[in-house]
Amino acid sequence: MKNVLKIATAGSVDDGKSTLIGRLLYETKSLEEDKLKAIETSSRNKGYDYLDFSLATDGLIAEREQGITIDVAHIYFSTNLRSYIIADTPGHEEYTRNMITGASNSDVAIILVDARKGKLPQTERHFLINHLLLTNHIVVAVNKMDLVDYSEEVFLEIKKTIEELAIEYPDANRTIHFVPISALKGDNIIEPSLNTSWYNEKPVLNILESIEVNNSFNTVSLNIQNVIRPKTEQYHDFRGYAATVRGGDLAVGDSIEVVASGQKSKIKSIYLAGDSFKKAKEGSAVIVELENDINVTRGDFLIVGNDKYVKQKSIEAQLCWMDHTALSERSTYLLQQGTSRVRCKLKVSGEKLMKHHLNETDALAINDIGTVSIKTSKEIIGTSYATDKNLGRFIIIDEKTNNTAGVGFIL
Amino acid sequence: MTPQKLSKIENVEFTINNILEPNLLESEAIYIIREVVGQFEKPVLLFSGGKDSITLVHLAHKAFYPAPIPFPLLHIDTGHNFPETIAFRDELVEKLGLKLIVAHVQDDIDAGISKEESGRYASRNLLQTATLLNAIEKHGFDACIGGARRDEEKARAKERVFSVRNEFGEWDEKNQRPEVFELLNGTIDHGQNVRAFPLSNWTELDVWNYIRSEHIEIPSIYFAHQREVFIRDSMIWSVSPHVYKDEDEVTQKSWVRFRTVGDMSCTAAVFSHATEIDAVIEEITDSKISERGARIDDKRSEGAMEKRKQQGYF
Repeated sequence: MKNVLKIATAGSVDDGKSTLIGRLLYETKSLEEDKLKAIETSSRNKGYDYLDFSLATDGLIAEREQGITIDVAHIYFSTNLRSYIIADTPGHEEYTRNMITGASNSDVAIILVDARKGKLPQTERHFLINHLLLTNHIVVAVNKMDLVDYSEEVFLEIKKTIEELAIEYPDANRTIHFVPISALKGDNIIEPSLNTSWYNEKPVLNILESIEVNNSFNTVSLNIQNVIRPKTEQYHDFRGYAATVRGGDLAVGDSIEVVASGQKSKIKSIYLAGDSFKKAKEGSAVIVELENDINVTRGDFLIVGNDKYVKQKSIEAQLCWMDHTALSERSTYLLQQGTSRVRCKLKVSGEKLMKHHLNETDALAINDIGTVSIKTSKEIIGTSYATDKNLGRFIIIDEKTNNTAGVGFIL
Repeated sequence: MTPQKLSKIENVEFTINNILEPNLLESEAIYIIREVVGQFEKPVLLFSGGKDSITLVHLAHKAFYPAPIPFPLLHIDTGHNFPETIAFRDELVEKLGLKLIVAHVQDDIDAGISKEESGRYASRNLLQTATLLNAIEKHGFDACIGGARRDEEKARAKERVFSVRNEFGEWDEKNQRPEVFELLNGTIDHGQNVRAFPLSNWTELDVWNYIRSEHIEIPSIYFAHQREVFIRDSMIWSVSPHVYKDEDEVTQKSWVRFRTVGDMSCTAAVFSHATEIDAVIEEITDSKISERGARIDDKRSEGAMEKRKQQGYF
């Protein structure tokens, strides 16, 4: 299997996100003839004299009608070097929750900026969201360079404004690449453009091909999904726990601690589909047996080895609110960390990092990002997101509507 | 009945290997299937007899082994199936000791719930939706695991892994729940259901490579064979009582195979001499046409899939 790179686009409306993806698909010959033909026909019907590549990803009728992206589309293509999953995300502020959906599952963000408009409020919002996610690789693609005569001055000016943002939201592990492009004309997408002879760095695809993903985690854990009791004659006494190995490798003989109860045991065996393994590498979906019968149920976290973690009933976190109903400090919510759920109460505790343009109140409303204090009904793992991305993230579910109302990052 | 092992080594239980190197797509799919079982009371796997749903059964088997697959399969039978897929279905169910529920489109036509289409392009594809929704309601399923992939079609590219359907089976595509990281929220009200898609991030080639590496058996119609066909609108149609044919449409015997398998009235063949899996994979790798290019049901309009999905289609 080829090494997979997950990418999400970001940036304001009409900065050309979908067009860039379409162009990448076209240049890497990933658009099959029937799909390309459909784009040609649609472009012609709309009276365009160019191919509207956004039609490759704007898959909803309403999106094509309005010429905007409403929800994230997942696009798959590969080169000789690696496979790509691109989440093409919407630029509109009102669809920020869909942008977060795409960005949260990606290793790289491509933030597009319209060369004529420069940094917009949405550019900043999306930069901040990627900052919260601790996205390690950001490609700032200054698009529509053809409309500013491929001016180096314009490019450098925009680069400076983004670098200022990076100082405001610092992250030592982050690398930012800047590249001047025209998604529509194809400049600096897969080949260096003659129109930007002053630009000596790589085109977009070469940058993507060379990115190395290095997600470091500090804690090896198993988050139990199901208890496996076959109750067949052959496996009458079998009691296994289904989970994915996260944060590192797991080996038979490793000691574990159940977070909820503090009980300890050791890994007796590791299985997948009838095969037994001495060791399972990170990312393996396995079934484990423990050496002694302790109480383990769905939702439990098993911390492997002597990895340190903290247990708390009150945490501080940064929270992106994604629901149309504003956060209510009097309501109870469900906090889901991995597969574990607890009741909680939320209290806005700090200044908002980012406000929805219409929201004048102190409460956290849709698309607001702020710091909250959270009290939970039971102890949860309080490891910060910066320490361990797997453990330090959670969602907030509104029990009244069942909606996923927020996504949080433990501080 | 004790479930049988699916892998090629049938006689050795729990063979000892040293290190498990994960296939990340497989791990993700198993994680999703396990979440369905963890979060829902009455899940079901939507089984069409096609390669994607067969892959799903294989993954479900791996996810819970040595316990049996903890949910039944549901087949929406249009009555216009390739006989090969039905025979294959019954064998698989028998071999793994699964529970199979079959809901017949014909029953809904007889009851006046659905109306048969007529004419050259008549198909029971659309009629499956009503039968599916009735079966979900009758059995009280709260989660339906499906084999849809995002790379198949542009509306499917938009869908979440856990996709909520209201009590009418409708997909509210403009107002989907956010789905961040691997954190899946399947909380729903009574009467609603979730469509869960473990193969969301798989491409057509990923499925084929997986079928090869896991030695998964699939119906013979995926491989090249000689068949009586006729050409209409540049597509290769099977000659069958279930497929409308004008008298002046000329039939021919050709080497073909099916790249995607719906029922006979909506699935076109491709010319092929790929009689075994390596050749099939090579053919797909070189193909300049997308997988669903041979799906007549997608050709009705630009938003054909989205419209069907809104109404509760798979």
